[in-house]
Amino acid sequence: MNRLAVIFIGFLITFTSAWIGLALVPTAHYGYGPGAASSESEALVDRGRHVYMQNGCIYCHSQQVSPRNFRSDQARNWGARRTIASDYRNDKIALLGTMRTGPDLANIGSRIPVAQWHYTHLYDPQITSKGSIMPPFRFLFQRRKASVPPEPGAFALGNGDEIVPSPEAQALVAYLLSLKHDLGEPPEAFESLGKR
Amino acid sequence: MNLPQQADPAAVARSRAQRVEIDLSLRGPTVHWLSSAVFWLLAGTVFALVSSHKMTNPEFVANYPWLTFGRVRPAHLNAVVYGWLSAGSIAVALWILARLCRAPLRHAWSLHVAAVLWNVGNLLGILGILSGRSTSIEWLEYPGDTTPWLIAAFALVMWNGVDMLRRRAPGHLYVSQWYLFAALFWFPMLYLTAQVLLIWKPVTAIAQGPVNWWFGHNVLGLWFTPVGLASAYYLIPKVIGRPIHSYYLSAIGFWSLAFFYAWNGMHHLIGGPYPAWLISASVAASVMMVVPVVTVGINHHRTMVGHFSALRWSPTLRFVVFGAMSYTLVSLQGSLTALRGVNRVVHFTHYTIAHSHLGMYSFATMMLFGSIYYIVPRVLEREWPSAFLIRLHFWSVAIGILSYVAALTVGGIEQGFNLQNADMPFLDIVRRTIPYLYLRTWAGILIAIGHVAFAISFIRVLRGRTRPEGEPTLLAAHPST
Repeated sequence: MNRLAVIFIGFLITFTSAWIGLALVPTAHYGYGPGAASSESEALVDRGRHVYMQNGCIYCHSQQVSPRNFRSDQARNWGARRTIASDYRNDKIALLGTMRTGPDLANIGSRIPVAQWHYTHLYDPQITSKGSIMPPFRFLFQRRKASVPPEPGAFALGNGDEIVPSPEAQALVAYLLSLKHDLGEPPEAFESLGKR
Repeated sequence: MNLPQQADPAAVARSRAQRVEIDLSLRGPTVHWLSSAVFWLLAGTVFALVSSHKMTNPEFVANYPWLTFGRVRPAHLNAVVYGWLSAGSIAVALWILARLCRAPLRHAWSLHVAAVLWNVGNLLGILGILSGRSTSIEWLEYPGDTTPWLIAAFALVMWNGVDMLRRRAPGHLYVSQWYLFAALFWFPMLYLTAQVLLIWKPVTAIAQGPVNWWFGHNVLGLWFTPVGLASAYYLIPKVIGRPIHSYYLSAIGFWSLAFFYAWNGMHHLIGGPYPAWLISASVAASVMMVVPVVTVGINHHRTMVGHFSALRWSPTLRFVVFGAMSYTLVSLQGSLTALRGVNRVVHFTHYTIAHSHLGMYSFATMMLFGSIYYIVPRVLEREWPSAFLIRLHFWSVAIGILSYVAALTVGGIEQGFNLQNADMPFLDIVRRTIPYLYLRTWAGILIAIGHVAFAISFIRVLRGRTRPEGEPTLLAAHPST
């Protein structure tokens, strides 16, 4: 191999084969996604997704449910069925994740549909989940003496203080509550893909 | 490689003068790129320690959004991947290319410009992540408006590399040249594809996963691996003074790597919402990686046989052989981890973090340290000031990274089996990982001590502190003396 051209053509071919197979074909298959948010609630969820992304939630939380006989996800009630490609058709970005330092969030909107729980958990994970190693996101809240009657949106911590979620916290919780990736009947065949 | 013993003295002198000319032509740019790399190594180490400490003490600096775990962790990854490893790889790749092509660098200014662009791009990227503008796409977190700096810098690097290859002295192209030639094209093609399809004009959400992991795996396989192997192929014969064992094994290793590695990435998506053929193609390619890995491993081992005693005195060889052995280990582990039966347990756990550090640190970073110990005295015509600092560096990082990988591998496997046990509450699983996370922080501190020793050595050699006798700095007496 003493000619640059031979090596060049060779490594270009091997690279291109995988480029077509793993980048181009999936891209062409699924195409380009949904456009801008069409309603006000969608815009709020979009902002919440942005807060999720800017604070790197993906480094500890996945958003995908594995097939029933492949991992214990469904036995843990993380979803009623495995996630499939079309579950993400309304998403701008599929935050599938690669780590489960924390639990999967693909269906957190169905699993814990309570905004107050999420606010408390984000403010101080130890209140709702003793022993968690999730960092507190206090910087998304204001804490102050409880007022009577409480401000709309604020809620009491139970020790005379109340916390007020910032617009970012509100958007983030709206996003979390919107995460429902197991709606609709799954074709049963999909569950056997991970069969062993 | 044994030429000097047989050639006539005039030819030896000419060859030596030419080497000096090449090294001097690269002095400025090499120092510029390597200093940048060392800066980013230290920055990346600080981010690493902060992230690691936060995993066991979530209240640590918790009130600053800039320092929340989900920002510091990607800042660590990007600082070491682009700031340290890529900048270092660029310096090493160009120096080895110039030596092998016997072509002095012609446009030093362009590499200085490139280094400035590279550093600005990295600085803006890291600030972008810390200030909350991360793309949240793993390995590509820099905001889309900061990456053109990196792309412009790399274009200048490519131009210089190709220029050297075109001016090369007639004759045989050495295996290191194949790898470096390919890497100079593979990296920008990967990076540009990923930027366009994921960030500048993102494809639909679900299609981003394959593109993301095609990039994420190949940036190791088709950028750091070829540069690391090129260094090993160049430095091992140089240090021990004998040629590489087999030309044919080199060729098989190169082409099988080029073919199989590119197809590996989808094993990151096993169990995910993707068609089976896509995943299976990558699982098959991952298993086939055994071919290039074993080929290269045998080739390096057969070259080293009978010369392992050189590890006692050569700083370069110590790091390079550690890196080469880790390459074999991490690659075989990778083939194993890609199997569905293994992956279902260890995916989503700290095992993966251990695996990536075995690749990016134990292999790529150790290889880079070894190369730097060889190159710097030659371009500066000055020896390393202290054998003690090199020894401290080696043992701290070697013990550090082995403990790191061991702790998270064991912890990750346990975590994986616990995750599979649906009767175990999630918080119990978390609690059981904490001892391993503490061990990781301690291992990280050891690695950081090594980095400080290395940085002190590097700064002192730059400032002209050298050993008075001017002899090479060895870790033990050379057998010939």
